Amino acid sequence: MQFTKKDILDMESLSVDEINLILDTADRMKEISTRPIKKVPTLRGKTVVLFFYEPSTRTRISFDIAAKRLSADSLSISASTSSIVKGETLADTAKNLEAMNPDIIVLRHSSAGTSHLLAGLVKSSVINAGDGMHAHPTQALLDMMTVREKRGKIAGLHIAIIGDISHSRVARSNIIGFTKMGAEVVIAGPPTMIPKGIETLGASVSYNVDDAICDADVIMMLRIQKERQKSFLFPTEREYSKVYGLTKERVKNARSDVLIMHPGPVNRGVEIAYEVVDGPYSIILDQVTNGVAVRMALLYLVSGGARNASAD
Amino acid sequence: MLVLIKGGRVIDPGNLDGIMDILIKDGKISEIKEHGSKLKAQSSKLKVIDASGKIVTPGLIDMHVHLREPGHEYKETIESGCLSAAYGGFTAICPMPNTNPVNDNGQITEYILKKAGIADTVRVYPVAAISKGLNGKSLCEYGELKEAGAIALSDDGYPVRDSQLMRRAMEYAKGFSMPIISHCEDLNLAANGVVNEGAVATSMGLAGIPNAAESIMVMRDIALCELTESRLHIAHVSTKESVQAIRNAKKRGVKVTAETAPHYFTLTEDAIKGYNTNTKMNPPLRSSQDREAIWEGLADGTIDIIATDHAPHSYIEKEVEFDQAANGIIGLETSVSLSLKLVHDGVISLTGLIEKMSTNPARIIGIENGIKIGYSADITIIDPDLSYKIDSGKFQSLSRNTPFNGWDMKGKAVLTMVGGKIIFEEMVSANRKP
Repeated sequence: MQFTKKDILDMESLSVDEINLILDTADRMKEISTRPIKKVPTLRGKTVVLFFYEPSTRTRISFDIAAKRLSADSLSISASTSSIVKGETLADTAKNLEAMNPDIIVLRHSSAGTSHLLAGLVKSSVINAGDGMHAHPTQALLDMMTVREKRGKIAGLHIAIIGDISHSRVARSNIIGFTKMGAEVVIAGPPTMIPKGIETLGASVSYNVDDAICDADVIMMLRIQKERQKSFLFPTEREYSKVYGLTKERVKNARSDVLIMHPGPVNRGVEIAYEVVDGPYSIILDQVTNGVAVRMALLYLVSGGARNASAD
Repeated sequence: MLVLIKGGRVIDPGNLDGIMDILIKDGKISEIKEHGSKLKAQSSKLKVIDASGKIVTPGLIDMHVHLREPGHEYKETIESGCLSAAYGGFTAICPMPNTNPVNDNGQITEYILKKAGIADTVRVYPVAAISKGLNGKSLCEYGELKEAGAIALSDDGYPVRDSQLMRRAMEYAKGFSMPIISHCEDLNLAANGVVNEGAVATSMGLAGIPNAAESIMVMRDIALCELTESRLHIAHVSTKESVQAIRNAKKRGVKVTAETAPHYFTLTEDAIKGYNTNTKMNPPLRSSQDREAIWEGLADGTIDIIATDHAPHSYIEKEVEFDQAANGIIGLETSVSLSLKLVHDGVISLTGLIEKMSTNPARIIGIENGIKIGYSADITIIDPDLSYKIDSGKFQSLSRNTPFNGWDMKGKAVLTMVGGKIIFEEMVSANRKP
């Protein structure tokens, strides 16, 4: 199968076959990171711009490492060190970047739809590294890769996503991705954090964490942002942690082979207990490792990799 | 100068409906006769407009537009906005006061009218601010504003949050027979929302604005209107709950009127998919159930008028991230065609359309407008069957922010006459007198 997409913008626009191809490619890419010399010449001469309007550690470093392991030239710009502080619009910045002929632009932005906007403005490939509350497709793909690696499949699994669904692009992309691959997704959290119409993405909704996780193969916890208290989404961290947090006791009632995931950064003691983060069911750091592999696969595939280059 | 408009179907709701000839002398309507019957006046200088197959109506009035002068002339000037109105078939428009500086004092009202006089195309009836600087803290001088030429009061763009100030504004405006036009929005509830709350917003990751953010304020203002026995006009109605509240209030005899805009009866929230910022406005495009309620409200008279909320913005405000894009679209040059679609689809009658675009707005702002002997010849001619494609590149407006570019339409305004003077004409040549 050939990969023909120019851009990776969201999970809706990827087919089951394309997702399988990305995950298969990522599985092969993973080995490169275990070599003593962690570099292949596959994307030599390609330029990857990491354009981060919003703070990020994990995703930016992960893309940067992925590009470097494939020998691409990568460079990173952030809002605070670019002309954005001088009032340049995204459209103008994009056109100027385009004039320097990058091959791939990886965009992280706080506004939904910005990677769609950018993709319409430039000829380079655009990879969405998170746009507002809309989508975070590379996170969903690395989560799916991690689950598939641990369970050997995705179809038929029960996935519980717990927390602030309203503000989470990770939740949206994972609901769409996992259901597309045949898993069942249940979301749970306080009703203030469950957005209207979320069922239309394919998830079922619960307001009770214990019900949601009792037969889950995977529990995915979402980060709670403390500033959400100001918009009355929850009264206190104390209550949140008690009613909706993943405590040791809750994990005891889960399946004995449950996988516990978190996209990071983790608020230990708020949405997830200290012991659970580091506990035997946690695969949080596997997610981070696989993030590099998935991003290597995506950089390779959007560069036309399956047609004119080789990963070996 | 004599002008004869011949053979068109003349519709002036409640007054005339038939194939008639209209003679215009010195800018006024001097004779109205059944088509073919002999007119008294004869002259070799007679200009004849053959309107056969067309609809001849009293001049259309858009009660809700934003001209960007003074302050943002790169988006629209009074001159360009007036010309845009003329090309859309309007003979009169009511510009909202949210210019910079705000139209909250007599000098600004006079400035707007002076510029409109220089443009010398459509009639301009300025709406002045309810509160100074639109800040909701103190009342403007309605007496002076009325004297300068303002015809109504509105803080459009912002709601009046303080219920006491709104009450007093309604009472005080009553003394000058000026209606209050209310932008109904609970800002705390709308919060940082940018589109309609619901499945579409959720899947696109955009913050939603619930229907209640509008209807709560509609209900409050109806209550205040009842309390003060004043005249209230609700701007840009977009939700089914608002329609219901207005319908109930009218049944009780409250003096409330309401408008909606073509985009609310044409589009739904589905139009925002793809993040086209020309589908972003406030209130937002709503669900299909809301659109249906708007149709019902138009059909049963709950919604009195169609107004465009013509809101020009340049690329600078629109070619940006969706949540940061300015609200609003232009509407003057697409309104008649989109409204005629309602007639073609059987939602309202042709007479109903003219009521909503001419008769009712004239009544609400208190001006003389109609096909009557002695009245100023403010007349619009509509070709209800003319098929064409909307081309925003040809608009007279300085801005291009419309979601309707490229739409195939049936029917449009083909002639606009103000005070007997033709300010826009696009009659197909076959119908022109040699």
